[in-house]
Amino acid sequence: MSRAPALRLTGRATIGETTIFGPLSLEVPAGRWTCLLGPSGVGKSTLLRLFAGLGDEVSFDGNVAASDGAPLAGRVALMAQSDLLMPWLDVTANVTLGARLRGTAQPRERALDILTRVGLADHGTKRPDALSGGQRQRVALARTLMEDRPVILLDEPFSALDAQTRARMQDLSAELLAGRTILHVTHDAAEAARLGETVLLMTRDGITAIASPPASVPRLYDAPQTLAFQGHLLRRLMEAV
Amino acid sequence: MTRGLHLASVALLGLLAWQAVVTFADLPRFILPGPALVFSTLWTSRMLIAEHAIVTATEVLIGLGLGATLGFASAIVLVASPLARTLLRPMLVFSQAIPVFALAPILTLWLGYGLWSKVAMALLIIYFPVTSAFFDALMRTPLAWVELARVMNATPARVLWCVRVPAAMPGFASGLRLAAVYAPIGAIIGEWVGASRGLGYLMLLANGRAKIDLMFAALIVLAVLTLVLHAAVDAVCRRLWGA
Repeated sequence: MSRAPALRLTGRATIGETTIFGPLSLEVPAGRWTCLLGPSGVGKSTLLRLFAGLGDEVSFDGNVAASDGAPLAGRVALMAQSDLLMPWLDVTANVTLGARLRGTAQPRERALDILTRVGLADHGTKRPDALSGGQRQRVALARTLMEDRPVILLDEPFSALDAQTRARMQDLSAELLAGRTILHVTHDAAEAARLGETVLLMTRDGITAIASPPASVPRLYDAPQTLAFQGHLLRRLMEAV
Repeated sequence: MTRGLHLASVALLGLLAWQAVVTFADLPRFILPGPALVFSTLWTSRMLIAEHAIVTATEVLIGLGLGATLGFASAIVLVASPLARTLLRPMLVFSQAIPVFALAPILTLWLGYGLWSKVAMALLIIYFPVTSAFFDALMRTPLAWVELARVMNATPARVLWCVRVPAAMPGFASGLRLAAVYAPIGAIIGEWVGASRGLGYLMLLANGRAKIDLMFAALIVLAVLTLVLHAAVDAVCRRLWGA
């Protein structure tokens, strides 16, 4: 993996006459976990899609760049709310999907290593429909790790999981993705309070940075500091709408 | 088990009703023979019927194989090339406005009285359903999968082959299931128009000689053949694509 760059975006996005967001300016610091917190419909996902080189559905007037000046294409991995596993491939084949799609050799040993790290070493030959929701999202995490990209874009990847599974996935992701530049879109104040080294609040008025507690991430879900921060974030969300 | 019992009782009921109509309406055997006579003819003429059934089955299987292959390839070309889509799709739809039945005499003229004019009929009748079902499924790939592949730097050709085609196989399977039922129709029409062998030929021959019991026997064999083919295609599709 190459050095993780910081990300910058300035501009506004529209669909026809409707403004999706902006004009605004966003800075995602290098090698840190940034949570972009905001209510539904303020254009968080659109913003993330623009970093992924997607977002053909909006007309974007502005600039998306990495701090090192090199193009972002090929340095980004994406993890979405749905696990997007291919039902006709087994777990190992799903994890090595990127290599299959690029027509390169499939690194099965590394896949097994990564599956071991997400705790699914014994499930390599299973089909996705034989897994639980939490296991499926762990396969998606393994697929993301397999890509070994310096920039990771997370679009509410844990929101469909139950509370217990979600907390475990948060811990595992924070451990395995550390050191990369992470932009994590979420509408869950508790999640941002646990994971955000930088927390940005996105509302109709733009983006505001909110000072986060000094404790390293993933913060303990029941630590008074984390709970107070969660409450503070929720209050800011409520006031913004 | 209960399903088998259910089917058997429905069949038995049908046969009883058939026999009742023949007996009480006192129909002559050259109008409607009873099931007992038909099944006894089926047994005594089993070698004759089998000989013709093998011919029809061969036509159907070759037609099904070629039609499925051609339909698969056409749908992929249509999806891969917008130009092909613009040029060929209207032609495909227009071709469906010509009844395949009307083409049978021409095909017999061009391809002769043998196997290939019937294969061509079976092929023509299943080509559109297979192409159309597979093409529609290919156009409905979930966008999120395609976007994930794009972020992974996949070329459009790899996206088509590794994501869109496997995702569309259930659609191809429904096309094939229709094809399994339609292909025998194509072969039989071909045989009616001009043939010296096959179940369709045998049915016309039996009809012309007022051997209605033989005609019904051939018809039953044809129906069983179609059902078996459909069940086989269904089993293969379920096994391969789970749909």
